[in-house]
Amino acid sequence: MIKAQNIIKSFEGRTVLNDISVEFGTGKTNLIIGRSGSGKTVLLKSLVGLHEVDSGEIYYDDVCFSTLDFKHRKAIRKDVGMIFQGGALLDASTVAENVKLPLDLFTDQSEEEKLERVNDCLKRVNLDNAHNLYPSELSGGMIKRAAIARAIVMNPRYLFCDEPNSGLDPQTSIVIDNLISDITKEYNITTIINTHDMNSVMEIGEKIVFIYEGNKWWEGSKDDILQADNKELNDFVFASAMAKRAKQSIK
Amino acid sequence: MFKWFENIGRYTLLMQKVFSRPEKMRIYRERIMYEMEALGLNSIGLTAIISVFIGAAVTLQMAITLESPFIPQYLIGYATREVMILEFSSTVVALILAGKVGSNIASEIGTMRITEQIDALEIMGVNSASYLILPKIVATVFFFPFLAIFSMLIGITGGYSIAAITGIMKTSDYIDGLQYCFYLSEIWYALVKMVFFAFIVTSISSYCGYYAKGNSLEVGKSSTQAVVISSIAIMICNLVLTQLLRT
Repeated sequence: MIKAQNIIKSFEGRTVLNDISVEFGTGKTNLIIGRSGSGKTVLLKSLVGLHEVDSGEIYYDDVCFSTLDFKHRKAIRKDVGMIFQGGALLDASTVAENVKLPLDLFTDQSEEEKLERVNDCLKRVNLDNAHNLYPSELSGGMIKRAAIARAIVMNPRYLFCDEPNSGLDPQTSIVIDNLISDITKEYNITTIINTHDMNSVMEIGEKIVFIYEGNKWWEGSKDDILQADNKELNDFVFASAMAKRAKQSIK
Repeated sequence: MFKWFENIGRYTLLMQKVFSRPEKMRIYRERIMYEMEALGLNSIGLTAIISVFIGAAVTLQMAITLESPFIPQYLIGYATREVMILEFSSTVVALILAGKVGSNIASEIGTMRITEQIDALEIMGVNSASYLILPKIVATVFFFPFLAIFSMLIGITGGYSIAAITGIMKTSDYIDGLQYCFYLSEIWYALVKMVFFAFIVTSISSYCGYYAKGNSLEVGKSSTQAVVISSIAIMICNLVLTQLLRT
């Protein structure tokens, strides 16, 4: 479980997150949605510790993460996996080297054990044949899958994904969504996904938090979202003409 | 002025992070070897080309300038040696490497910053500053002095070759000049300078890249900034070290 309590974050006097409190459950696919510039990436990066919050607390299970120093955070970070918007694979390393890096740095496993784990993870994301390819040789979907493999190689308890579908075609997006959802269930981890892809919301959103202008505007499940009587949320979710027609037909 | 102090403070904090205990020595050793090849071995060609031509040009200039029956010709070889050892092979080669290696480091780390690769390392619990920058510093501090020695040899050979090819002076006089008033301490002085310059180029360029933000334009700016600041720092350091070590 990850919990944020009254967190406030501002940049150069501009408040980006305004008193946000939210809880994300274990074994669930939690989604943060909102328009571009609404503050959802800042929220995700604050939860993971890439941004320091101005006030408020962030808990990882019972541990108050926001008050820990670098050394103690490091212990928790070994339980954290993150998938970045662009993949963030190290350009100078092959896919296998990228996935193996956390094992090299933080485990005392033998080379054979590490390679076996890397093979397992790459197989899990259907990238068996990409061991020796460099990130520049991969397609967008392959980069995301390699990033997922790297994120799960240490058996994380918490998984963060920053717009995992951006730049992908609808079919590949669904593959990535389902992969993340399956991994969440398989490893019973707390997954938080930052997205503005409505397909993802309807496909895998077990808990959805809507951020509007730095405030938590709404939260609920994918079933609740269809019935929600919240103007800003409806404007965002049913922005396209097709979505509006779909909602009318449901009503 | 305030910005300047802020940068010095941030640079000091970054260096503190860089020199903290490495995660795993084996990984660092591998990275140091990789950086030695990328930053050191790959600079040999450029160093050789520039050194041979400068050595030849200095010899030619000296031969033309010192053309007088009252000045012994071996002084041309002596002057070439002194120029190459005392200033060219350390200071000028360091300035050239600030352009090549410095911009390379700043753009590499800057790109890693804006494409969130550094964030990815931090999330894994890796001390990204130490992991990325320390191997580069160790590699250049170790390898640049070898480049300086290489440059001295190649430059002096360039001078000898031009003397032999053009016949502007006797090669035996050139060799006599090379041996005239030779003190090994001059080589040590050049090598000590090169160690300082290697640290300056690598640490300043890494700093510029590490704190790059925005887009590819900003990475380009940080790369230019790295070269300019490194070059100025090298010139100041050269003056200070010359005063300290030679007087």
